[in-house]
Amino acid sequence: MHQSLPAAVNRQQMLASRRMRQASLGRALFLIASALFALVLLVQVLHASGAIAAGFSDWRPVLYAYLVWGIALGIRQVLLRGERGLRALFLLPAVLFTVAVVIFPTVFGFYIASLDWNLSSLEGPRFYGLGNLIGLFHDTYYWNALRNMVFYTLAVSGEYAIAFGLALLLNADISGRKFFRVVFLLPMMLSPVAVSWMIGKSLLEYRFGPAATLARALGWDNPAFFASPWIARFSIEAMDAWVSIPFIMIILLAGLQAMPKEVLEAAKVDGANGWQSFWHVTFPLMLPVSITVLIIRIIFKLKLADIVINVTAGGPGGATDTMSSFIYRVYRDRSNVGYGTGLAMFYLLIIIVLLSLLLRLSHRWTQKVT
Amino acid sequence: MTIAALIPNRKPQAASRAKRIVGRTLIYAALIFWAFVCLSPIYWTVTTSFKSAVDVTQGHLIPWLDFQPDWKGWRSLGLSPDTIFGTSNPREEFLSRFGNSIFTSVGASLLALVLGSLAAYGLSRFRYKFAWMRNDDILFFFMSQLILPPVVLALPFLVLYKALALLDTRFGLILLYTLTVLPIVIWIMRDQFNAIPVELDEAAFVDGLSVWGAFLRIILPLAVPGMVAAFILSLVLCWNEYFFAALLTSTDAKTLPVMVASQTGSQGINWWSMAALSTAAIAPLVIAGIFLERYIVSGLTTGAGK
Repeated sequence: MHQSLPAAVNRQQMLASRRMRQASLGRALFLIASALFALVLLVQVLHASGAIAAGFSDWRPVLYAYLVWGIALGIRQVLLRGERGLRALFLLPAVLFTVAVVIFPTVFGFYIASLDWNLSSLEGPRFYGLGNLIGLFHDTYYWNALRNMVFYTLAVSGEYAIAFGLALLLNADISGRKFFRVVFLLPMMLSPVAVSWMIGKSLLEYRFGPAATLARALGWDNPAFFASPWIARFSIEAMDAWVSIPFIMIILLAGLQAMPKEVLEAAKVDGANGWQSFWHVTFPLMLPVSITVLIIRIIFKLKLADIVINVTAGGPGGATDTMSSFIYRVYRDRSNVGYGTGLAMFYLLIIIVLLSLLLRLSHRWTQKVT
Repeated sequence: MTIAALIPNRKPQAASRAKRIVGRTLIYAALIFWAFVCLSPIYWTVTTSFKSAVDVTQGHLIPWLDFQPDWKGWRSLGLSPDTIFGTSNPREEFLSRFGNSIFTSVGASLLALVLGSLAAYGLSRFRYKFAWMRNDDILFFFMSQLILPPVVLALPFLVLYKALALLDTRFGLILLYTLTVLPIVIWIMRDQFNAIPVELDEAAFVDGLSVWGAFLRIILPLAVPGMVAAFILSLVLCWNEYFFAALLTSTDAKTLPVMVASQTGSQGINWWSMAALSTAAIAPLVIAGIFLERYIVSGLTTGAGK
């Protein structure tokens, strides 16, 4: 290209001034959107607190204003930062969504937790400070539910053992593997609520349930699966295990199939029998996968609720209560929003502490082994 | 192709032959036992929907041999051959709940797929820096949403949705369900995009495509298998969700699990109609499980073994 020097400079200037214009346009747009968002929010807050009469009938316009603000933020990124802005645009929607739907409600939840607020009382919310927190330390049902959660969490090890066995079976030299894999996967697809009826309320039913009939035939005179605390706890755990073992099994199976075959062959050449080669070769090699799946499983176990709510509603005497089902009842039966949220927030803190400990431990452990 | 086929058949020595037969018998016995454990509740539910009261109380199990199947349960739902064309209130209600379930789970899965794929592509290709957070921190931020138990969000959402007039709406449920499956979608899709070589992006840039052009026209079509897996997995999770639906819906947006649960609660409910309802509620996913097992497994096993 033969370009005279002044022309090139001119072009540069033009580009620069265009970028300046774009940048100021982006800034202006974003400023307007922010102002709009703030205005809508302010009007609605004032309206809700009764300071001004004008306002909207509900808070939905605030949601729309947030949406507009998010779009303006995206446009600003592109106009101001060009290529890097285009890249940021990939991440922005998910981040804005998560902030709106998780971060804000969680923070709001801590606020509700500090209120004395019962929906069924006429008084409305009242600031309560740490009252709910103090209250929960005296709530024996809360600690009972927490103890049950310890049991349910420890029971994950049993689920893991069964799932590992099943994965080994499916990984063995068998025919009809596809059939068995589909069948073993099926329980995972079923909704826990349907399972509550299918197993909890009909198969295990005291009078006509086939499981009760079978138990009678085997010599258990009084096959009440949900009457005494420990049996009820185990019945609930068995149902939850039935639904969730397939998940653990599938992931362990994938791990087994990804394992180098030479190692097992070498063990066989060295004269290791089946048990030895499992214990000294397969199991250690599967440790990273195992830890991953166990942590995911524990995370989901800590949310266990549906089956308990629908089968026993926590009974007998709170013996099968999980944290979620207990808080669900605090809300549903007692309409105690403030206290319920306080319980939930405290539970969240326990979970966060527990899981960060678990992650750190597992990290250190895997590093030591491998 | 299975791995089993790749292992050459060893010639069994006479001594170990008997041991081998015993071993194989045990393996098949265990497999069949667990298949029985998995299938019997489903079998029981499906057959019970065709039973009358006597057949239930006497514990009859095998149709035609033990008891004469009848459309009893399905008639009470208005879905048996003789009632399907008549008017039926239970059927109306069932179909509206069924529709709500489909609408919310498909809507949430699609929304999560869009948001999640974009974020996953960004995290897989570019390096971000947001305050102190880098790519790994941002990924952890998304993944950490998984640990939030539904109870923590349920009550704040109840209050918020009341203010936003989103209580008992399908849109409100879609937002929440999107949130619960978004981490999983991001996880699966990031793995998917990581498996696609960066050279393809670079070739697209050379051809004059922008970042978004390369993503939409070159990379996204290649990521379809992962998207299908992520979509089906989120569909399963949303379809089965009960906790939020139970708290946040009352009449209009009630989903199928809430309907099933409300029926189990009432006393004196007929077993056959309950069984028919349960069968209808699980049927879509059982069918999906049988035909789409490959995608579900590939979605679940993303990142395992690494």
